[in-house]
Amino acid sequence: MSVQQKTRQAMPEQPPLVRARNFEEVPLGYTPEMAMTEASRCLQCKSPACIQGCPVGVNIPGFIKHIADGAFDKAIGTIWERNSLPAVCGRVCPQEIQCEGNCVLGRKAEPVAIGNLERFAADWDRKHHVCELPTCASATGKKVAIVGSGPSGLTVAGDLILKGHEVALFEAFHKPGGVLIYGIPEFRLPKDIVAAEVACLEAQGVRLECDVVVGRTITVDELFAQGFDAVYLGVGAGLPAFMRIPGENLTGVLSANEYLTRANLMKAYRYPEVDTPIPQGRQVAVLGGGNVAMDSARTAMRMGADKVSLIYRRSRAEMPARSAEIHHAEEEGLHFEILANPVRYLGNDKGQLTGIECVRMELGEPDASGRRRPMEISGSEFVVKCDLAIVAIGSGANPLLTRSTPDLPLNKRGYVMANPETGKTGKKGVWAGGDIVTGAATVILAMGAGRKAADSIHEYLTWGW
Amino acid sequence: MFTIVKREEMAGGTVILNEITAPRIAARARPGQFLILKANENGERIPLTMAETNPEKGTVTVIYMVVGKSTEIFKRLKEGDAYQDVIGPLGQPTHIEPGKNVVCVGGGTGVAVLHPIARGMKKANCDVTSIIGARNQDLLILEDKMRLASSNLHVCTDDGSYGRKGFVTEVLKEKLDAGGVDQVVAIGPVPMMKFVSLMTKEYGVPTMVSLNPIMIDGTGMCGGCRVTVGGETKFGCVDGPEFDGHLVDFDELMLRLRAYAEQERRSHERCKLEAEGAA
Repeated sequence: MSVQQKTRQAMPEQPPLVRARNFEEVPLGYTPEMAMTEASRCLQCKSPACIQGCPVGVNIPGFIKHIADGAFDKAIGTIWERNSLPAVCGRVCPQEIQCEGNCVLGRKAEPVAIGNLERFAADWDRKHHVCELPTCASATGKKVAIVGSGPSGLTVAGDLILKGHEVALFEAFHKPGGVLIYGIPEFRLPKDIVAAEVACLEAQGVRLECDVVVGRTITVDELFAQGFDAVYLGVGAGLPAFMRIPGENLTGVLSANEYLTRANLMKAYRYPEVDTPIPQGRQVAVLGGGNVAMDSARTAMRMGADKVSLIYRRSRAEMPARSAEIHHAEEEGLHFEILANPVRYLGNDKGQLTGIECVRMELGEPDASGRRRPMEISGSEFVVKCDLAIVAIGSGANPLLTRSTPDLPLNKRGYVMANPETGKTGKKGVWAGGDIVTGAATVILAMGAGRKAADSIHEYLTWGW
Repeated sequence: MFTIVKREEMAGGTVILNEITAPRIAARARPGQFLILKANENGERIPLTMAETNPEKGTVTVIYMVVGKSTEIFKRLKEGDAYQDVIGPLGQPTHIEPGKNVVCVGGGTGVAVLHPIARGMKKANCDVTSIIGARNQDLLILEDKMRLASSNLHVCTDDGSYGRKGFVTEVLKEKLDAGGVDQVVAIGPVPMMKFVSLMTKEYGVPTMVSLNPIMIDGTGMCGGCRVTVGGETKFGCVDGPEFDGHLVDFDELMLRLRAYAEQERRSHERCKLEAEGAA
């Protein structure tokens, strides 16, 4: 093996200072030559550890072999056997703790760029349209209602339509895609990719209905009364967490959900060309250290902020965000205010935010999560000046649907209780998966849950509960 | 398709009524609940409390004042045109206790939201006294409907051009002084709801107000509609839109409603100029 082959192909990217002011996608994608070179690094292990790391079990060495051979159509076909949203997953999966984290090459050098290769195969297919859509099994006459068109709902829809069931997909917003549309920004996941994935499902026969808030417009029991045989709940977590500290209702304090929904779903970054406004912070503080915090911070930068600070109570090593996002954010000039915890928001007489009083933290012994517990250093208060604060400290279970379904068993925190292997809930004919079961997690875990639920729903529709 | 089957102009064209086809929503909606409407692809999601629902016909009706770009665009929709999106019914329905002595106070387009509530209360054998007001006679809406929905109707205008000259609170004070009022419902501009609530608090009469804070999704997901009620943060969209007027922090609400005032003003100006340019 030559030395050259051992080096991982770097992903071409927009330069940091250029991209920090536009909403175009940051990584530009591999060329076919780069993809083939990278694919040739794969050792084609006999018992591949990478597959173990994939929540939906994609045949990773299989599709990579096809790319190495230049058979890109076969590569995408192999991915589709297990993953209906490869263009999305190649971009937003935390590969470093999944497939790439398991790659044996990673023990001594850099792992194969599995995510970049998956993305390449999906993008190549979208550009060339050579692959036929998989064919659906003959109609079973069974009807399934899927509530929520995010990653888990889309996965269930894709799996069940292939098995010959009638599938209706209900979305509360006016556009399908869930968090892929309202949450993840354009520069990380272009919205036309999500639209293309949904269009693919519709072409296969999935009936999509937007503007339907299940729990309000129609209830789960009414869906059964209308002839649906099974219902899958993939509604997401959907309740923003706030700090619950003084001054949180000053104008200029927004949940990340609101800020990102304005920017992504409503396209407010194009205001006034579109009608929805978005606060234009000059000095922006983002609270949190996860992917949502990074997305918010990087959006604020692109909205023209002079300075964006990320306030996080632990240290950089504990940040839950995908490492590529932290790296990208840093390159773009994000200022890290780590080991700091907000104690109150400061405002002026017009009720507008002017700053956040924080206290310095230090790390103590590991807590239940295994991460070192942050503790306040008394007397260390300081102020972060800002005119916009974006709260990205997680989310809780939105009770809107569950309250209208009283016989659906929930846990103490309001999440739906579902069997982790099948997605079955305590209500007959109802499955659930994704963030409404696990709490806020990743796109691919929601897809994994959708896959298991789809198998279980198919079994139920074929054999009974 | 959320088609407009009936369109009316009120208050000299400053207030518009739209009856819209939305069978699923009409079948479930109850007084006090609201909708989110979006006119077109680039449009804003605007929350409006329903003025009427007709489950048989499968329609819902909203009545709104033209205050900014989005309502200006709504205004331009004609009968036969459609909203791209209508979402609902959202929020909690009005809790109506039968057989009570109720005073319903409405100001401006708040009267449109008050009407189904007053009617529902009268239907539930409440003794409904209504007090409605506007800046002047031309801006007064739904007087006839409110008369039918009430045992007793008082009309006020700020300038005395019609009915009694003065504010709705003056008539309300007389009713409260006379005694026997079990509940007050106040719906209208925020300052009106604030002053009604301050007054009824002195008399110890429970008071319900209906709020319309800024929001996007209307399902509890964005948290933009935060309102402080009794020292606690509530979401207008899922906990409301109706709250105990004695507990609402109206001053904070007024500041929060102004969050995008400057952008809204500029958008509206631009929109009107474009229309003039096109004409």
